[in-house]
Amino acid sequence: MPKSSCLSWGDRLFRWACLGFSLLILGLVAGFAGELAWNSRLAFRAFGPSFLWTRTWDPVAEIFGALPFIYGTLVTSTIALCIAIPLGLGTAIFLAELAPARVSETVGFLVELLAAVPSVIYGLVGVFILVPVVRQTGLTPHGVCLLTAGIILAVMIVPFITTVSREVLLTVPRSQREAAMALGATHWETVWTAILPYARSGIAGSIFLALARALGETMAVTMVIGNRPEIASVFEPGYTMAALLANEFSEATSDLYLHSLIGIGLVLLGITVVVNGAARLMLYRLGHPAEVRR
Amino acid sequence: MLSRKTFIAAVAALLLAGSPSLAAKMLLINGAGATFPYPIYSKWFSEYAKQNDTVNFNYQSIGSGGGIRQIQAGTVDFGASDAPMTDEELQKAQGGKVLHIPSVMGGVVPVYSLPDEPKLKFTQAALAGIFLGRIKNWNSAEIAKENPGVSLPDAPIVVVHRSDGSGTTFVWTDFLAKISLEWKGRVGAGKSVNWPVGLGGKGNEGVAGLVKQTPNSIGYVELGYATNNKIPFGLVQNRDGNFVECSAQTVTNAASSSLAKMPIDFRVSITNAPGADSYPISTFTWLLIYQKQADPAKGEAVLNFLKWMLSDGQKYAEPLGYAPLPAEMIQLEEEAIAQIKLS
Amino acid sequence: MSLALRHRVNWIALGMTGLCALATVSVLFFLLGYIAVNGIGALNWDFFTKLPKPVGETGGGMANAIVGTGKLLLLASLIGVPVGFFGGVYLAELGRGKLAFAVRYATDVLNGVPSIVVGIFAYVLVVLPMKSFSTLAGGVALGIMMIPIAVRSTEEFLRLVPASVREAAYALGVPQWKTLFFVVVPAAMRGLLTGVLLDLARVAGETAPLLFTALNNRVWSHGWLEPVSSLPVMIFTYAISPYDDWHRQAWAAALVLMILVLAVNVGARLFLPRRRGIA
Repeated sequence: MPKSSCLSWGDRLFRWACLGFSLLILGLVAGFAGELAWNSRLAFRAFGPSFLWTRTWDPVAEIFGALPFIYGTLVTSTIALCIAIPLGLGTAIFLAELAPARVSETVGFLVELLAAVPSVIYGLVGVFILVPVVRQTGLTPHGVCLLTAGIILAVMIVPFITTVSREVLLTVPRSQREAAMALGATHWETVWTAILPYARSGIAGSIFLALARALGETMAVTMVIGNRPEIASVFEPGYTMAALLANEFSEATSDLYLHSLIGIGLVLLGITVVVNGAARLMLYRLGHPAEVRR
Repeated sequence: MLSRKTFIAAVAALLLAGSPSLAAKMLLINGAGATFPYPIYSKWFSEYAKQNDTVNFNYQSIGSGGGIRQIQAGTVDFGASDAPMTDEELQKAQGGKVLHIPSVMGGVVPVYSLPDEPKLKFTQAALAGIFLGRIKNWNSAEIAKENPGVSLPDAPIVVVHRSDGSGTTFVWTDFLAKISLEWKGRVGAGKSVNWPVGLGGKGNEGVAGLVKQTPNSIGYVELGYATNNKIPFGLVQNRDGNFVECSAQTVTNAASSSLAKMPIDFRVSITNAPGADSYPISTFTWLLIYQKQADPAKGEAVLNFLKWMLSDGQKYAEPLGYAPLPAEMIQLEEEAIAQIKLS
Repeated sequence: MSLALRHRVNWIALGMTGLCALATVSVLFFLLGYIAVNGIGALNWDFFTKLPKPVGETGGGMANAIVGTGKLLLLASLIGVPVGFFGGVYLAELGRGKLAFAVRYATDVLNGVPSIVVGIFAYVLVVLPMKSFSTLAGGVALGIMMIPIAVRSTEEFLRLVPASVREAAYALGVPQWKTLFFVVVPAAMRGLLTGVLLDLARVAGETAPLLFTALNNRVWSHGWLEPVSSLPVMIFTYAISPYDDWHRQAWAAALVLMILVLAVNVGARLFLPRRRGIA
């Protein structure tokens, strides 16, 4: 590339534009973190780090603690992963190993379509179909609970696990397969002992990606979780950080209330960024074509 | 694939649809707040627009807490709340002094979802006990005692409350705090409280929806939401010991004792009011309007609407499940809205 | 383990994966089918042309929500597409070393920000200073959500253009910016356009960022500075209400939204030979 002093005005403008917009992206992220931190300072000043493990959320007494929401977020995401990992991974293995190429492409595409469905529509289906079904099973009298939220999240994140895992499984070199088969392994044993371990970084990446999605999901969760800031069993209503923000943000009248809510937003942002970062790290290691430097 | 010309034409059409020049004649007044009066506000704005086609009102029911917060920040032209603003909240209002203008009255009723849809009577202690979580089962003695002919199921009570900052919650908890020392000490009164038990629904609409769909549940909503959605609601025992059913008349009775000493800013609670036939969980609901209107055109539109509301508007109250304002109130309010200054 | 047992395990395990695939795909069809069945009955001419009726009354439609979604998407693309495009160009063509790494990392972080937090940011950034809920605020929130995907998609499709094309242009003395705009971008145009459409389809269904920015509107929204109605917010509001007529309309709106999103996704797949996944 020529030095900038040799560039035409057009090129200089072009580079400034690219640089400018890219710096804008950096600025946006910094702005997010800064603005959330600034607007939650009162809560951290008043409660200190104990904000994170206080169980009470009492707007009347002005005592705010994030623990019930962190609990709800983690529990629903865990339930979702417990359902989605076997389902998603199983589907990915089927598509990568067993299905003929055209079936694999078509079904893979259909699974991607599941990811394109807006979350409010998942919520709609959750309210009118899933909640009554859960109620019928008798496990819970209300139907709206952490379990229901976990189930709907599972449906939403399966496509992430399946699509990425399938791509990862397809990149496992034939030599691995052939080596296992040469030793007399059955097809399943080949998958279990040779292919999956080779792809484990990418599969782990897909799981973290799915987790990050589940952590931040708002609409579908708030419609089926019961909106109760309590730490209770999975058959009881609960609350997640994202659902709390959706319900109470526009109404927090006192400054401490508002700052506490934004503090929870900050915690949510922090957790999601870390999980997402871990996912990217695991996927980068595979050298995905678009990430390879020129 | 669309031809380039069609694409450009479509974008231009959308941009024009958005441009302000087309809308020079039509004024939009934005309000937000309580879900309690949402049905009647919605009806009012629709009827008012028929008579007055230069102004449109957009009201969003985000809860009384939201209404107070947004009027403080000045992001809406008027707010609405069933919980009067406290002195601290009034101080935070960025546009100066906020006037409370009562628009209509209503009552909060206990709604429930039981087989056979019986008409239940709740004593004050029973209601407090249910919402405190002390009374956990429908066929407990405290409920059955007042409802002898009814077969109550042996099922756990699923309590439903508000998940958002609500004036309806304020009225309900204000009542419970007055009649139950335990409630007052443990939970208190407010727009958002630390509920001992129950699920949260968003808005009066969300609570009504949850109660309707969840068997053996109990919640609290404004009367209109119960009657319009055919959800059974119970009678509540009032201060004089009588079981009263919420209606325009009984709500009006509750308000009558407060008329003599109505404070100048109309911030008053009429829960647990004296009177043999007073409904104990009644309330005014207020529009929150800045005394000094920043935008003269909008201010005038709001003022004209208020005048209409106080005269023609009141006739829509009763059919929708609210109670019209008493004549004495209307007179006091007409004096109050005269204070609104269009800059 | 005996050979027979191993074979049995083999068949069972592989069979289970087939069941997983079947389960996943049937969820999709169940979803689509349910929405279609419930939504079709509620779709009528009124739905597309009339405004909502007062609360509790039956009838009315979502004409303002449909137009509102269109306006929000237009505004979002005005913000998301340029930033995403130039950011993607930077990463694909110009980026070197630490700065490029930082930009890439920031884009990933932005992608992971929960949509509700984006809404809060836009509330503080746009709604509070302007003292009004507006289409502009909603557009800003959605635009921010569009940026990361636009960056990644632009970068990917620009990289797909072979180096030889660029080198040929440079060899002829064409400056870099002209090479990019007149040679490389046209070559990648299919992918770029599809990327934009997919991005739009994704943010079209976002509800949380609109809750405190565009709010909602029961009547027509004029200009860009008034609160505006949108399909996802209407679906949410109507779904949690007790009114049966509103539930009916929510299904209809869900059907319209689904058709929009699916049409774009299926169209993109047909239009492009090999599209990258959702990650």
